[in-house]
Amino acid sequence: MARLIVRRILWFIPVFFVITGITFLTMRALPGGPFDSEKTPPALVQQMEAAFGLNRPVYEQYFIWLKNAAQLDFGPSLKQRGKPVAGFLLPALVVSMQLGIAALLFALVIGLPAGIIAALHRGRWQDRSATLVAIVGVSIPAIVMGPVLVWIFALQLDWLPVAQWVPLADGFWPWLSHLILPAITLGAGLSAIIARLTRASLLQVLNEDYVRTAKAKGLPHRVVMLRHALRNALIPVVTYLGPLTAAVVTGSLVVEQVFAIPGMGRYFVSSITSRDYPMVMAVVVIYAFIIVFANLLVDISYFFIDPRTDHAQ
Amino acid sequence: MLNSTAQGAAGLRPARQSRSLWQDGLRQLRKDPVVVLCALYLVLLLVVALAPQVFAPVSYEQTDFSEKLQPPGTLATTGKLTGHVYWFGSDKLGRDILSRLIYGTRISMAVAVVGAAISFALGVSYGMLAGYGSKHVDNIMMRIVDIIYAYPTLILIILLQVFLTSFSQRPPDQMGAFGQIMVSLDSSTGGLFFVFVAIGAVSWLNMARLVRGQVLHYKLQEFVQAARVVGAGRSRIMGRHLLPNIIGPCIVAETLAIPAYIYTEAFLSFIGLGVQPPMPSWGSMIADGYSALRTAPWVLFFPAVALSLTMLAFNFLGDAIRDALDPKTQK
Repeated sequence: MARLIVRRILWFIPVFFVITGITFLTMRALPGGPFDSEKTPPALVQQMEAAFGLNRPVYEQYFIWLKNAAQLDFGPSLKQRGKPVAGFLLPALVVSMQLGIAALLFALVIGLPAGIIAALHRGRWQDRSATLVAIVGVSIPAIVMGPVLVWIFALQLDWLPVAQWVPLADGFWPWLSHLILPAITLGAGLSAIIARLTRASLLQVLNEDYVRTAKAKGLPHRVVMLRHALRNALIPVVTYLGPLTAAVVTGSLVVEQVFAIPGMGRYFVSSITSRDYPMVMAVVVIYAFIIVFANLLVDISYFFIDPRTDHAQ
Repeated sequence: MLNSTAQGAAGLRPARQSRSLWQDGLRQLRKDPVVVLCALYLVLLLVVALAPQVFAPVSYEQTDFSEKLQPPGTLATTGKLTGHVYWFGSDKLGRDILSRLIYGTRISMAVAVVGAAISFALGVSYGMLAGYGSKHVDNIMMRIVDIIYAYPTLILIILLQVFLTSFSQRPPDQMGAFGQIMVSLDSSTGGLFFVFVAIGAVSWLNMARLVRGQVLHYKLQEFVQAARVVGAGRSRIMGRHLLPNIIGPCIVAETLAIPAYIYTEAFLSFIGLGVQPPMPSWGSMIADGYSALRTAPWVLFFPAVALSLTMLAFNFLGDAIRDALDPKTQK
């Protein structure tokens, strides 16, 4: 177990170098710089580039960046001059995480029961309708789901406010009412994936010998389902939480664009176009770290749900 | 396990047995009206995509500012499009939404076909080489995949897309012959070519993993060993013995991956990083519709339905093919 964790953490090192290296090189290969504009005289641009060390060779800049990043210093934003990147990204990260967690909760609350009900009523109308809703849910993309939800619930029914973000500090209800539509948009497709996964996994487990044995022992239906079937059926679902987190991360990028939410994804797109190098690097590192960390958590939780994992290695 | 031995036996007599699995599958697919409907819809889209000028009533870029944001069914009475009926309404520049939708089909279908082709060609060959190579080769090749995989896909695509499109803004004398060819290819496709490259660069990873896993599974089985014993070479074993066995799951995975390609292009165009206006993409049309949502919801409605239906059709088809090719689910 400890070996697994150590190996995973060590694995982050090459991943980190490759990801940051690709991003750094790509960003520097882009024409134009952060200080280019019609009004700024070229001499001043050169001066500012020198002040931020942008006139050094690219590999040298990369090493300087690595050295600072190792101390969790991601440098100043080049667009909002002087202010550190972290000052922008920490609030944005908090916003993105609220959105992501709300979407994950929505996905689990809808997806798990739907999948269980479908599996327990295999072939009947509950199963067929759940399967149908799931495949439709997977197929409606966020750039469609978001605008359509806004149209229905904000413009036609007037139940919820039109896309905009309100921080939690402004009160719980305003915050929640602005969070609902983005969270559903992000979570709907994920809930469909979870439902299909849960259904398939539970159906497989229900055919296992130990479930038949448990039934034959005369255990009550509820105990068989909860203790024997469901617990094992959830293993693939838990494993899937790793890729699911990746899906939430990239999905939130889309949803933040659709709903104009001031999260990480918005900063990412705008900082690429404005050539704000430190900002882009920091966002990419944070995203990659979230994904690697989620996979690590999944591996650890896997061990607790299924103790056989350790022996299999 | 039962499944694999059945398919393993099929490998010994590829001509008869494996075809019958496909025939079985095809028969099962044809029986399902929804599957037939999906297939017909996708064929229709392909035909439309091949010759949009035949189907579109007017040009996709013809503006008519006196007929802005007209509801569906409006007859244009003034401006350049006088006498034309906006069956699906008009957008904020007075362009015909139906025509734009039809031309947008070309973009989505092109991304679907090219994305699938790149991912298939790269993914299958990479996965087979890794899976059938020595343990060392396999290890290195798959670690490379793992590392790229840790990069959030959409972020990598956005980065690549910005990178590629920035080339076309450079003066021509600053890029080499290769760069000039690429840029002219891109501008002649309205920015679509670079979308292909960006999507293609990441789409093969999943396929490579799938293929490699399948090859590892099959390469130790008796029919492959038998082929090796009778003197079949590496390429023959890979092409004649392994490929036919793993092609089924690959087709299923590819069909189910196509909606992601279509969606990626739509999203890129939605945020203005995809195809360049006035070339219509369903994604940029949805962005137009979203900004006009309050006054003219039909501008959003038609591209939104088209995009969702197309993704749904591919998902349905992929699921159906999987069920049809899986002996376990056959009744």
